[in-house]
Amino acid sequence: MTTLTAPPASVEKYASAFESLDDSDFPQWLITTRLQAWANFSDLGIPIKRRGNELWKYTNLRPLADAEFEYGTIGLVSLDEIRSNGPWDDAWDTVVVVDGNFSAQLSNLHGAAGLTAGSLAEAISAGTDDVESQFASLAGRESYAFTALNTAFAGDGVYLGVAAGAQLETPVHVVFVSSDLAASRVTYPRLLVSAGENSSFTIIETYINLAGPAQLTVPVVEFFVSRGARIRHYRIQMENEKSFHIGTTRVDQKGDSSFSSTSFAVGALMGRNDIHTQLGEPGAECTLHGLYMTSGRQQQDQEISTTHAMPNCTSNQFYKGILSGKSHAVFSGKVVVERDAQKSVANQKDLNLLLSRGVRIDAKPSLEIFADDVKCGHGATAGHVDRDTLFYLRSRGVDEDAAKAILVRGFAAEMLDEFKPAALKEFVERITDGRIETLLAESDTLGTV
Amino acid sequence: MLEIQNLRVSVLDIDDSEILKGIDLKVNNGEVHAIMGPNGSGKSTLANVLMGRPDYVITEGDILYDGKSIVALLPEHRAHLGMFLAFQYPAEIPGVRPWQFLKAALDARADARGEEKMSVRDFSKLFDEKVEAVGINPQLVKRSLNEGFSGGEKKRHEMLQLEVLKPELAILDETDSGLDVDALRIVAEGVNSMRSPDRSFIIVTHYQRLLNYIKPDVVHILIDGRIVKTGGPELALKVEKDGYKPYTSVGATA
Ligand SMILES: Nc1ncnc2c1ncn2[C@@H]1O[C@H](COP(=O)(O)OP(=O)(O)OP(=O)(O)O)[C@@H](O)[C@H]1O
Ligand SMILES: [Mg+2]
Repeated sequence: MTTLTAPPASVEKYASAFESLDDSDFPQWLITTRLQAWANFSDLGIPIKRRGNELWKYTNLRPLADAEFEYGTIGLVSLDEIRSNGPWDDAWDTVVVVDGNFSAQLSNLHGAAGLTAGSLAEAISAGTDDVESQFASLAGRESYAFTALNTAFAGDGVYLGVAAGAQLETPVHVVFVSSDLAASRVTYPRLLVSAGENSSFTIIETYINLAGPAQLTVPVVEFFVSRGARIRHYRIQMENEKSFHIGTTRVDQKGDSSFSSTSFAVGALMGRNDIHTQLGEPGAECTLHGLYMTSGRQQQDQEISTTHAMPNCTSNQFYKGILSGKSHAVFSGKVVVERDAQKSVANQKDLNLLLSRGVRIDAKPSLEIFADDVKCGHGATAGHVDRDTLFYLRSRGVDEDAAKAILVRGFAAEMLDEFKPAALKEFVERITDGRIETLLAESDTLGTV
Repeated sequence: MLEIQNLRVSVLDIDDSEILKGIDLKVNNGEVHAIMGPNGSGKSTLANVLMGRPDYVITEGDILYDGKSIVALLPEHRAHLGMFLAFQYPAEIPGVRPWQFLKAALDARADARGEEKMSVRDFSKLFDEKVEAVGINPQLVKRSLNEGFSGGEKKRHEMLQLEVLKPELAILDETDSGLDVDALRIVAEGVNSMRSPDRSFIIVTHYQRLLNYIKPDVVHILIDGRIVKTGGPELALKVEKDGYKPYTSVGATA
C-alpha cells in the first residue's frame, strides 16, 4: 500500500507480516477489505497519544507499541490444556481456535439443529449465508486502530450462524487459545455471530493463554442480532499476566431483540474490553455487565457504550471492579440517546472495591441525551472494605483475613451469580477465589471507610 | 465469668473523648445482668469494647474473662473464648448469605478450639430448625445477610446467630428494640431456653417490658459512662416509673 505520509513507527513492525499474508484461498472482497483496513491502520498507528484522545486518555499503550510480536506461527495445544485452563463442559458445542486458526480436531460439536459453527475462513471462502455483507461491517472499516489491525490480518476465526427460530438448548463455547510457544506473538482472534430472527442461545467466549512470554491478543467480535433474537453472552478473559489483550465487540440489534452479556476480566497485564451495542430498532434491549479484578501492575479497561437510535429500547450497564497492589482500572461508560429514541431507559453503574492505597481507578460514566422523554441514571463509586462490617464478622469468630476474603467474595457474588451454566459458574468461582487470595496478599488497606 | 475493673474508654484518635469513666461490673456464671441507661450514656460502647471493637482505646482498667485479661485479644479470639455480641445496629453484608456466614463462623471457632467441624448436613438441620424457632421467613435467608432487612428482621437474625453459636457469654445490645410483641417473646424464649449455670447474659435494654419475660439477676443503671446504681429486678420497674432523673445527680457511685 502507498500512503502519502510516512506511517507511524508503531506500524512498521506489523508491515512485513502484512505483506507476506497469503491471499490465495480468499475471495477478492476479503482481500479488498484487508487492504482498506491496513490503510486505516497505517494512518492511525497504535494510539499512544493520550491527550485529547478520549478513548485512550487513561491508558498508556507505549509498552505495547514498543514491544515486538511475531506473527504467523501456530503451535500445538492439547484438549487437556484447554479443559484445565478454561471452562469446559462436554455437553457444550465447543469451537476451538489455536493461535487464530480454527481447529477441527479440538472442537467438540454435536450437530445441534439450527447451528452452523466452524471455521471463519471456510465460511468466507464458501460464502456462507450473509458473511460477505456482514464481515467487518460493524468492526473494521471504522477509524479504530485495533479493529483495523485485526481486519487487515483477517482470515480465520469462528463463524457462528444460528437459524431463524432455533432455540439452542446447550451453550456454544468459543475458545481462543494461545499456544505455549517461546516467542512473543500477536494473534487476531475473530468471531462473527449471525443470530437469525427469534433465535435464542447462549454463547461463551473464552480467551486462554498457555504461553510464558508476553502476547498481544487483538480480538474482534461482531454480533448480528436479528428481530426477536435473544442472546446470552459470556466473555472470559484469562490471558497470562504479561500479555496485552485489546478486545473489541460490536453488536447490532434489530427490533425486540435482547443481548445480555457478562464479562469476566481477570487476565493480562493490560486488558481492554471494548463493547458497543447499537439499539437500531424499537424494542431492543441490552444488558452489559462485568466483573474485573486487578493486582500487581495490571490494568483492566472497560470501554462500554450503547447507542439508542430508536424508541422504546432499554440498556443496562453495570460493572464491578476489585483492585489491589499498584493496579489500575478504567471504566468508561457511554450511553447515547439519539433524537428519535423516545421512551428510552438507560442505566449505568460502576462499583469498585479498592484493597490497596496504590491502586488507581478512573471511572467515567457518561450519558449523552438528545431525546426528551427518557429515563436514565448513572453512577460510579469506589470504596474500601467497610470497617464496621469487618468487625461484625470478626466478632463472630472469623479471623481478619478470612473476614476480608468473605467480604470481597460477597462484593463479587452478584456478578458471579450471573454465570448460569453450571460448569462456567464453577470455573469463574474457582478463579475468583484464587484471585482474591492474590489480591488480599497485596492489600494494605484495612477496613477504612 | 466476666469481671470489668475500673474501665475507662475513649474513642481512638479523638482527644478528650472519654465515654466510659470507670466501670466496675462482675457477672458470675449463669447470671443475667440487665443494663439500662439514657441514650448516649455508653451502653453500646461498653458492649463493643467487651467484644474488642478496634475503634476504642482502653485508657485504664481491665476486663477479665474466666480470670484472664482479654483486653489484648482480637475480636475473633474473644468469640473463640465463647463471647458473643448481638449488635444494636447489625452490619449489612452484601453477597453473603446467612447460612454461609454462620457456617464460616462455626467452623472458625471449631478450628480455633481444635474441635471437629459440624458436617454440612448437621449444620443445615440445626440452621433450618433455628430459622423456624426465631420466626424468620425461609425466603429471607436466601438473601444477603441483613441487606435490606427490616429492623426486626435484623434482630431476629442476631437471635438466630446467638442460638446457633450458643456462646458462654452473650451480650445483647437492644435486641428488643424495634421488635413486635411476637418477636419480643421469641427473643425472651430464646434467652430463657439458653439460660444455664454456665452461660451468662448481659442485656442492654430501654424497656422494662423485656424484663417481664427475662428475669434478670442484677440490674445496672449506666449514666454518663458510669454505673450509678445496681440492684435487683425492682430497679427496672422504678426506672420505668420515674425515669433516670433521680440518678443523674448521684454522680460516680456504683
Ligand atoms: N466511635 C465513636 N466515635 C465518636 N463518638 C462515639 C463513638 N462511639 C460512641 N461515641 C459517643 O459516645 C457516646 C455513647 O455512645 P453509645 O453508643 O455507647 O451510647 P448508648 O448508651 O448505647 O446510647 P443508645 O441508647 O442511644 O444506644 C455517645 O455520645 C456517642 O456519640
Ligand atoms: Mg446503644
